[in-house]
Amino acid sequence: MIEIRGLKKAFGPRVALDGVVLDIEAGERVLLVGPNGAGKTTLLRILATLSRPTGGAVRVWGHDVTRADVAIRRMIGFLSHESLLYDDLTARQNLRFYARMYGMDKPDARIASLLSAVGLERRADDLVREFSRGMQQRLAVARAVLHAPKLLLLDEPYTGLDVAAADALTVLLQTLTQVGCTLLMTTHYPAQEGHLAQRVIVMRRGRVLDDGPLGELTTLDARYRAILARPAPVSPPPAALAAVDWRGKEL
Amino acid sequence: MLRQIGAIVAKDLAAELHTREIVSAMLVFATMAILIFSFALDLRGASGRAAAPGVLWTTIAFSGTLGLSRSLAREQQNGGLSGLLLAVEERSVIFFGKAAGSFVLMLLVVVVLLPLGSVLLNVNLLRPDIAGVMVLGTVGYAAVGTLLAAIAVNTRAREVMLPILALPVLVPLLIAAVQATAGLLEGMVPVDSWIRMLVVYDLVMIAVGVVTFEYVVEG
Amino acid sequence: MSVESRESQVATRVYEVGGKTKASGWDWALGLLSSVAFLVALAMVFGYAPREATMGEIQRIFYFHVASAWVGFFGFSVTFVAGILYLVRSQRRWDILGLSSAEVGLAFITMAVVTGSLWAGPVWGTYWTWEPRLTISAVQLLLYVAYVMLRASTANEERIARFAAVYGIVAFVTVPLSWFAIRWWRTIHPEIVSSEGMGLAPPMRMTLFVSVAAFTLLYAALLRQRMRLESARDRLTAAQGRLAPEEW
Repeated sequence: MIEIRGLKKAFGPRVALDGVVLDIEAGERVLLVGPNGAGKTTLLRILATLSRPTGGAVRVWGHDVTRADVAIRRMIGFLSHESLLYDDLTARQNLRFYARMYGMDKPDARIASLLSAVGLERRADDLVREFSRGMQQRLAVARAVLHAPKLLLLDEPYTGLDVAAADALTVLLQTLTQVGCTLLMTTHYPAQEGHLAQRVIVMRRGRVLDDGPLGELTTLDARYRAILARPAPVSPPPAALAAVDWRGKEL
Repeated sequence: MLRQIGAIVAKDLAAELHTREIVSAMLVFATMAILIFSFALDLRGASGRAAAPGVLWTTIAFSGTLGLSRSLAREQQNGGLSGLLLAVEERSVIFFGKAAGSFVLMLLVVVVLLPLGSVLLNVNLLRPDIAGVMVLGTVGYAAVGTLLAAIAVNTRAREVMLPILALPVLVPLLIAAVQATAGLLEGMVPVDSWIRMLVVYDLVMIAVGVVTFEYVVEG
Repeated sequence: MSVESRESQVATRVYEVGGKTKASGWDWALGLLSSVAFLVALAMVFGYAPREATMGEIQRIFYFHVASAWVGFFGFSVTFVAGILYLVRSQRRWDILGLSSAEVGLAFITMAVVTGSLWAGPVWGTYWTWEPRLTISAVQLLLYVAYVMLRASTANEERIARFAAVYGIVAFVTVPLSWFAIRWWRTIHPEIVSSEGMGLAPPMRMTLFVSVAAFTLLYAALLRQRMRLESARDRLTAAQGRLAPEEW
């Protein structure tokens, strides 16, 4: 369902993704781990059609992500570090607005059930700017799954959630994956947050270092550390740099 | 597509109803601007009438940049336009939605500004033909302003950047709008060519905005 | 170019690092040519072109004034075209061309505004007159000062390239609109002294032609150097990026 071939992304001269190759089947639940700057967020943004690759090919449901039309984009649910919410609207107004943007008919029942699923039913008509970090994260999750996406891309979904909210999120994600939704989420705590996953991908320096089944949760952290302890992948040697004098002559 | 544009406008107005910060900031600024012009240029009697079109449009030009900065900053505050980009049918929907929303907010300011200017500048601005010029000028302003504000909010000095980018681009619009308003007030000068100029400006800038906006919001 | 390769170019944002940074024969030739052309133009302005009857010697600034205004406008039109090409192709070379041409154009348009003002001073008794051509130069000056400020306003190179391309297009579209607005504005409030319909004697026309050619050559020479500088800067950034430690 997701096919990634030789994916590269550079921000100016800085390389964020350096030849990623990856296949993810429909219905898979995948955990994406790696140190900061490994390229996890960049990968999710490209899959969400929000960022253009510098090179390589990325296909989602057989469609090139750089040319994904609205039908493809609307099958994606994306949760980013940022909440993508409007501070000056209430929780309910935020969800109503996105429901209208997604062309949903009669969304009120769905909105009400999602708000109670994330435990915000009593704050539904308060402005988002008054919400705590954790409450904003809960509403952001509700926003991401509002339109019942077929592919969920979650960037550190458990960040800022208390234990109860984290459990509620797990239940919510379970109900979605049970109906065949594909899940790709990043985390820094695979052992604590990985119980939904079947497969773990380890990234570093814009490359996939390791890719395998989840295995025992209890040993996951140790395996993750062992993978990171391997020597880092080496960037290609720099092209010869010519030093030039003021006339442009090589020195 | 129209439904999505409508949703964006309705969302902007709902947010404005909660905070009232854009309209109130523009109104307070506009009122102060007219007062300061009156003191600084000693606009009493005939000189007020003569300066009215210029004062009016200068006030709109400067207060408009306040509102537009804020309107686009609202989109940017929690993760840019990513949420919208995933949902819209085409990226131009965002351009039309934001421009229409800003147009409505600016029009609210103009509605207050015209009677206020009439009183302070001793001239009758409450005329349908002058209102028409206001609408034409505000349309072009909202189109240019939305495109350039989307650029400016992504730079370091956001609020400072927008007037620097927008005002030189607005030169033709301001000349035409001031001349049309002045012509209508004087009553003897034909203003057709200025009206035509405003319409052409509006159409050109909407076209440029629709075509280039998608490159501005690309991630 | 095959259809496929064109498609892949459209689909991806190619970040080319640098272009040529070494000076080629063309760089030397352009520098030399523009120097010679300038000497010829100067000689013609002071030696060949006749003294203008009413304005006197001061009118000789006209040749450089018109030439720099023309080259400034030409530079901005190159930025406009480069902006369109950048948005379509996403290749750094078009960004470099657009930015270099805008900066060089800005230098020339500034020269046009200053020479115009120097000309107006003694002739019309005021250093600033809302003569349409002078006014449009001043508007262009503002537009491209804004362009340069925009370029300096964020560190994200890929984003600023897109923004600058868009602004380069918007600014260029503004120029003809402003021109008509200013022209009509000035005809409604007629000027005491008008530069319209100034008949040029053939030697004057010839001198103007050579001046324009000299300025255009100088523009080309400066443009190439500015582009070379930008390419060198790219290579430096790329080298620093490779040397930098991994970001953790």
